[in-house]
Amino acid sequence: MYAFDIERPASVADAVAALGTEDAQALGGGQTLIPTLKQRLAAPSRLVSLSGVTEMQGVASEAGNIRIGGATTHATVASQVGGTYPALADLAANIGDPAVRNRGTIGGSLANNDPAACYPAAALGSGATIITNKRQIAADDYFQGMFTTALEEGEIITAVSFPVPEKANYQKFVQPASRFALVGVFVAKYSDGVRVAVTGASNEGVHRWSAAEEALSGNFSADAIADLSVSADDLINDLHGSAEYRAHLVKVMTGRAVAAAM
Amino acid sequence: MTKVTMTVNGKSVSGDVEGRTLLSSFLREDLRLTGTHIGCDTSQCGACVVHVNGEAVKSCAMFALEADGADVTTIEGQANADGSLNTIQQAFQDHHGLQCGFCTPGMVMSAAALLKDNPKPSEAEIREYLEGNICRCTGYHNIVKAIMAASGQDVSAIAAE
Ligand SMILES: Cc1cc2nc3c(=O)[nH]c(=O)nc-3n(C[C@H](O)[C@H](O)[C@H](O)COP(=O)(O)OP(=O)(O)OC[C@H]3O[C@@H](n4cnc5c(N)ncnc54)[C@H](O)[C@@H]3O)c2cc1C
Ligand code: FES
Ligand code: FES
Repeated sequence: MYAFDIERPASVADAVAALGTEDAQALGGGQTLIPTLKQRLAAPSRLVSLSGVTEMQGVASEAGNIRIGGATTHATVASQVGGTYPALADLAANIGDPAVRNRGTIGGSLANNDPAACYPAAALGSGATIITNKRQIAADDYFQGMFTTALEEGEIITAVSFPVPEKANYQKFVQPASRFALVGVFVAKYSDGVRVAVTGASNEGVHRWSAAEEALSGNFSADAIADLSVSADDLINDLHGSAEYRAHLVKVMTGRAVAAAM
Repeated sequence: MTKVTMTVNGKSVSGDVEGRTLLSSFLREDLRLTGTHIGCDTSQCGACVVHVNGEAVKSCAMFALEADGADVTTIEGQANADGSLNTIQQAFQDHHGLQCGFCTPGMVMSAAALLKDNPKPSEAEIREYLEGNICRCTGYHNIVKAIMAASGQDVSAIAAE
């Protein structure tokens, strides 16, 4: 690692001010950023740790929504969200391993937007709102391709608000070496329709599968997608799985998620 | 350099660290607590697991400065006050849960974190909890067996000796 300073602000305002200096970068749980720094793929002069910002921690229910602070760990979501939004708690409980979940945060995961990460599928599949120190961003506008988001320089995710669906489920086909998703599908049924978000599959990162959404909005059962097929064009093709294999998995995981949704 | 102070295995310690000093480096190089092992340094293997404020974390993926003021427990803090092995450590010995021993500190720390939250885990729960702890020697069966035994459960149904 190149040398840098670490700041530990206690409020969003102080964090944003510290991030205003040149080459400063936010530090969430460090589960992605620390390995990146070790490889010298990033060279910030200052890290601004968000772990001491109490207003960015924790979970609250508000009028049909669940709001999760941007610095809330995966372990906290797994243990505290189950009563309100079980599919989201399950997703968090299956990220990486226990030690990763004790440090990694929802804000860090969404800011990073790894094409195989789990939270992006939940946020897009729920039509969540990403709340930053400056504005509110709809998930549909937030994700802009792998490792790319609508966040601007120095902007931090202070919270994420998820509308709680009638039913939902996340199915992750684990890539066992990385513990990320080889393909993961998040399905959520709302009174006004169904959303289906796919992670792990595409060179474009997390995306919605609109044909399945349409079919499932009319008939919420795995049979509804039986006649659909997924094109392998533009899907990830690597040593872990071919594009055709991933295309097949998208449909299988969608069917499983619908069948398991509760 | 910035001064950090934390409690490690019940004792207050302090030292001067850089921003980039990892908790694992502080423990091993400054405090000379070399029981915490570095197997990969890429967050994959779990040999470096310690407890920070009671939670299992990979000490190679946390900065020492972030543990300022925290209560840290390492493998050196596991033995009983008279120096004898604690229940989990003794079970690893009794059930041959280690061979080269490189992964063992992380395995024991993960096991301790699991049993604190879930005193009687099933075999499947143990295997799932150890997902982030890699062992290249034992094939895991005897580790699972040791943790079952440490939690006071019957181990006769678990495969392989
Ligand atoms: C072994 C292992 C297995 C994993 N398995 C999975 C998995 O199965 N599924 C999965 O989804 N993820 C997985 N991860 C990734 C994990 O979820 C990370 O915690 C997450 O991607 C990054 O979150 P973090 O809080 O650690 O962020 P950091 O690593 O601290 O930061 C990541 C990036 O986000 C920025 N950032 C951090 N917080 C904020 C914020 N609040 N606002 C704006 N920017 C911010 C940082 O500047 C940095 O660019 C795994 C990681 C490891 C090491
Ligand atoms: S050394 Fe920390 S996970 Fe391997
Ligand atoms: S005993 Fe050798 S790595 Fe586990």
